[in-house]
Amino acid sequence: MAKENQILEEITGGEYKYGFSTDIETETAAIGLSEDTIRFISNKKQEPSWMLEARLKAYRYWLTLEEPKHWPHLSYPTINYQDIIYYAAPKKQQQLSSLNEVDPELLRTFEKLGISLEEQKRLSGVQSTIAIDAVIDSVSVKTTFKETLAEKGIIFCSFSEAVQEHPELVKQYMGSMVPYTDNFFAALNAAVFSDGSFCYIPKGVRCPMELSTYFRINTSGTGQFERTLIIADEGSYVSYLEGCTAPMRDENQLHAAVVEIVAQKNAEVKYSTVQNWYPGDKNGKGGIYNFVTKRGICAGDNSKISWTQVETGSAITWKYPSVILKGNNSVGEFYSVAVTNNKQQADTGTKMTHLGKNTRSTIVSKGISAGFSNNSYRGLVRIAKGASNARNHSQCDSLLMSDTCGAHTFPYIEIKDKSAIVEHEATTSKIGEDQLFYCRQRGIDAEKAVALIVNGYCKEVLNQLPMEFAVEAQKLLAVSLEGSVG
Amino acid sequence: MLSIKNLKAGIEDKEILKGFNLEVKAGEVHAIMGPNGSGKSTLASVLAGREDYAVTDGSVQFLKKDLLEMSPEDRAREGLFLAFQYPVEIPGVSNINFLKTALAEIRQYKGLPPMEAKDFLKRVKEKQALVELQVSLANRSVNEGFSGGEKKRNEIFQMAMLEPVLAILDETDSGLDIDALRIVANGVNKLRAPERAFIVITHYQRLLEYIVPDFVHVMYNGRIVKSGTKELALELEEKGYDWIKKELGETIEA
Repeated sequence: MAKENQILEEITGGEYKYGFSTDIETETAAIGLSEDTIRFISNKKQEPSWMLEARLKAYRYWLTLEEPKHWPHLSYPTINYQDIIYYAAPKKQQQLSSLNEVDPELLRTFEKLGISLEEQKRLSGVQSTIAIDAVIDSVSVKTTFKETLAEKGIIFCSFSEAVQEHPELVKQYMGSMVPYTDNFFAALNAAVFSDGSFCYIPKGVRCPMELSTYFRINTSGTGQFERTLIIADEGSYVSYLEGCTAPMRDENQLHAAVVEIVAQKNAEVKYSTVQNWYPGDKNGKGGIYNFVTKRGICAGDNSKISWTQVETGSAITWKYPSVILKGNNSVGEFYSVAVTNNKQQADTGTKMTHLGKNTRSTIVSKGISAGFSNNSYRGLVRIAKGASNARNHSQCDSLLMSDTCGAHTFPYIEIKDKSAIVEHEATTSKIGEDQLFYCRQRGIDAEKAVALIVNGYCKEVLNQLPMEFAVEAQKLLAVSLEGSVG
Repeated sequence: MLSIKNLKAGIEDKEILKGFNLEVKAGEVHAIMGPNGSGKSTLASVLAGREDYAVTDGSVQFLKKDLLEMSPEDRAREGLFLAFQYPVEIPGVSNINFLKTALAEIRQYKGLPPMEAKDFLKRVKEKQALVELQVSLANRSVNEGFSGGEKKRNEIFQMAMLEPVLAILDETDSGLDIDALRIVANGVNKLRAPERAFIVITHYQRLLEYIVPDFVHVMYNGRIVKSGTKELALELEEKGYDWIKKELGETIEA
């Protein structure tokens, strides 16, 4: 509790804490997008030709697509894709073998973000630590604990490195959950993605520490297009964390990522995100456009994939972490808190596709809207023919903090098997004047009361997060809603 | 400790309190009775600082400070406690966490460090026993899924935890069965102290059999129309509020 109070104290006063930018020497691609840009990126990464071919194929397909502007409940000016820098990398970047070779300015950046790239010595394996892959703009700058993990056969490295070192795995799995034909942003990502994390957990291995990728957009005018691939082989387990921040800028920056997860027989993957991209200012100027495709497949029997997300950032969020439940008895989960304040817009939710028998999925979505923001839940539960005894439970709650914000729910349900049991619950409530007054009568001021009430409201989801992340998320929720109650 | 002078307040254009006067000294228990709509709950809300009500005239001094100038949280931190007629549910926030936060805020206001965890837990245990509150209730979300009686008991538990200087009980007896009533009243009685005062708002004399007041005031049409000792409550019970209305009518006519 003392800790919680401390958290509450810390949050009073801060707007967007991560809004600084770092002055590092950066090498960038020429502005705009063409086959030359893609060749440039591929060349920078010294990629094998199959990779370049895959990129070009995706690019040519992308050219035939139109941005999906009709169905999401979002409104924003048309993005000029020729006005973006598709590759930016800190210059001092060649094959780092030790931390000493990382630009000290970069290290300081991550320190400021509260992320240590030092591998603290562990005491006889008692503590669990977090292994981090730090991605700044278009490249991974450092991956920690690689050696420790390698002892167990776990591969944790940047995507670029995986392309070089483990091409067979990349070839086998990349695009198998999210093919470049999936959607506009997935195609764009497949063409221009620059880095991201790669993770392979071998058979029967329980990953001894949390794996984490930290994304940071730094350079002005750039977009970030990373790709993450997690493969959990039979009977393995991994908990994966993702965090992200960006400097405060007047411009809108594009982030279009792809995350793919495979869980083989009896494997379990837990993927947690605290998304804190710069949301823009009070008037809606600046902020990240976040268009992300995340999908996992429970490929084997008894496998499980669980998505937990706390979304507080971005001017626009478009994101539907999904699970394909192919294996029999497989389990998919989606726990989400999405907060929008000021002029932020979020259209987020999940897709659960039941293919195997006795598959189960759970959806818990908590939307909180304040200011003039718009917050939509969009979810699809699809039960295929032959997916007997499938079960789904969805709960979508919306909390309104002002009279000027919006909350929307778009649930889609498609059932092709008669044995399915699908439940959908939805509630919308306004933060109670009565609740606030009750807290204040007990000596708790309005801001803290809001933080308390909102954290209570989201508890079901926050409980799913690993400890350190949960604390971080609580702070974030409070900061995001500062000043939202008059 | 509390001095209310000619207090006028209302909601929107409707005046509810029409020149209310009351003096409360440390250690005293005042009962305020009155028929429905006489303004009893409005009085409680105005004293606690609910912003729906506008004060149009009069003054309220609390511990020599201008109460009406203070925010609701500062009033609480100064030691004013309201036991709500309809306690609010706060899902996902445990009772204990809620009280810890409240207590820390109050202590911070007074320049005190947060209470040691050990001392806090000791206090919880002690006060729980006072109102015979189940341990499991203390760990549940604030009032969520509590029965009417449990909610009221929880109010008294919170009061015991926060140790206020002035406690206002707004119809704490409503909806309580006789056993719960006795438990709640016992809790209050144990908290009676020379430095603490109570304003007990109630509709019925029943509660006052258990919490024996020093003064009984009858409120009607936004002000106190009759004051006396505990015998007044008995007389009211016997003759009903019409007696007051009639008496009042006579005085107005006379």
